[in-house]
Amino acid sequence: MTEPLLKIENLRIELALRSGQAPVIDDLSLELRPGETLSFVGESGCGKSMTALAIMGLLPEKVGSIAGGRILFDGRDMAQMNDAQLRSIRGNEISMIFQEPMTSLNPVYTVGEQIAEVLRRHKGMSKQAAWARAIELLDAVRIPNAKSRVSDYPHQMSGGQRQRVMIAIALACAPKILIADEPTTALDVTVQAQIFDLLRDLGRETGTAIILITHDMGAVSEMADRMVVMYAGRKAEDGPVAPVISHPRHPYTKGLISCVPHLLAKLTEQRPDLTEVPGIVPALASFGADACLFASRCDMADDKCRSSRPPEVAFGEQHSACWKADQL
Amino acid sequence: MKMIEDIPPKARSPFSEAFEMFRRNHAAVIGLVILLSIIAIAVIGPMVYPGDPFDMVWIPFTPPGEQGYLMGTDYLGRDLLSLLIHGAKVSLTIGISAAVVTVTIGITVGALAGFYRGWVEEVLMRLTEFFQVLPTLLFSMVIVSLFGASLMMITLAIGLVSWPAVARITRAEFMRIRELEYVTAARAGGVKNGRLIFSVILPNALPPIIVQAALMVGSAILFEAGLSFLGLTDPNVASWGQIIGSNREYILDASYTVTVPGVAIFITVLAISLVGDGLNDALNPKLRQR
Repeated sequence: MTEPLLKIENLRIELALRSGQAPVIDDLSLELRPGETLSFVGESGCGKSMTALAIMGLLPEKVGSIAGGRILFDGRDMAQMNDAQLRSIRGNEISMIFQEPMTSLNPVYTVGEQIAEVLRRHKGMSKQAAWARAIELLDAVRIPNAKSRVSDYPHQMSGGQRQRVMIAIALACAPKILIADEPTTALDVTVQAQIFDLLRDLGRETGTAIILITHDMGAVSEMADRMVVMYAGRKAEDGPVAPVISHPRHPYTKGLISCVPHLLAKLTEQRPDLTEVPGIVPALASFGADACLFASRCDMADDKCRSSRPPEVAFGEQHSACWKADQL
Repeated sequence: MKMIEDIPPKARSPFSEAFEMFRRNHAAVIGLVILLSIIAIAVIGPMVYPGDPFDMVWIPFTPPGEQGYLMGTDYLGRDLLSLLIHGAKVSLTIGISAAVVTVTIGITVGALAGFYRGWVEEVLMRLTEFFQVLPTLLFSMVIVSLFGASLMMITLAIGLVSWPAVARITRAEFMRIRELEYVTAARAGGVKNGRLIFSVILPNALPPIIVQAALMVGSAILFEAGLSFLGLTDPNVASWGQIIGSNREYILDASYTVTVPGVAIFITVLAISLVGDGLNDALNPKLRQR
């Protein structure tokens, strides 16, 4: 097995609330190997984006902080790095694309200027060289007519095109890790597939490891090598995608998978109700409790689940934090 | 295969778009034309109409039009037209440089306060409030009478009492923009704070500041006129306010001596306000209809 590129050990992130400190990420450990695609899934508010921001060192100031654990990138602990060290990594070795392509580009600069700027900052390229590379990159993210579109302003592009530009910016310096935080949520379904294809192809070409944060179980099964299911700031289950999807060892994973609706062959048939996971994610204040936080929504829960936090159980490469994992 | 996407839309920068919006506001265009003419008079006027404006050229209080003096002469027999032309340069220079001082201080204070928040913001905003509650006319009078009534001091005094408004606008814009996704994206790309402030956030915060700066030019001209009227001015330089100030005792006998420069101030400030209003239409995204 190759050395992991990114290793998160017992990460704990706390948010300052009026009622005190609440752990939004509680004892999270995971590994990312070079070139692989790891997917974070879970509902909103489960700490997926927080983990991504923590890796980038971009937790909201004065509100969120790393309270424990380590984030090792190439053997160096990012949680201990100063600003200058972090800046040389951000956008260069680890880069990130965001959920809202409509607002992630600066409206007053052309897309070419924005791509070229990253290259000049991190790679010390000349103005001309960076501009020429910007055109190549636009071409690589399959924007037609890259040579003329390079001097377009963001508002002249569609959402899908802007997300392509974001990908071009993120991949400009050939980073080792690309974090994609719900990159397609704001896009049309047809465009979503194109963006996922693009990410997968570019990831393979450049050997960039991808952390894909998403709700889309379809995308996970198509793109990712391994997946991490997050629930209420804790890891519910992780492992290679195929066994996790075919045989989930955590009731929450099972619920998420059964929520994906299937297209019906005959529309005249009685349509089955859409499946849902009942209830909602518990309030942030109760995140630190010594219990299974999913217990209130789980039909298998018993007193043990409500009174002590389940440890992680291994099933081959698959891990599940559920007291009843072996019964599933 | 030619796709629809292949046909690039006409590339237009945000600035050319703003210009388009500005052009649609007729009042603003008229204001701009008037303002440009006044600037032209200030620049080339002294060459076309030579002579020292402080020279006595004819009998005092010659009414406008007589003896070939289009605007007449003042109480010292000086050519009012010549004073007016030379005064245009002085008044506009004061207006523009006071606006530059205002905007420079205002942007620096507002940007730092809005970007860093915390104690930096506390200190800077208390300072802003301190300057805001000072009686502006009184404060600038004190400065000018303490440090001398040179043009530079008058400009600095006006700048010093006017910057809080710009600082507040800048701070508000920074607070809004710093939370936007492209700023987070820039941070995630490893951009330093200095660049974040000046290259990423500031260009996006500029529109309301530009509008405020344009209006500042007008109010600085008025402010200078007010100070001059009270005699706090450089007596060796003919600004419009200074002409009014020196002739104020004859306001009943020869009202044109104060009316003429007064109208000049009025027209200039009005033109500037119209331009400022047009800029507001052009640069304010909320008013911009597509």
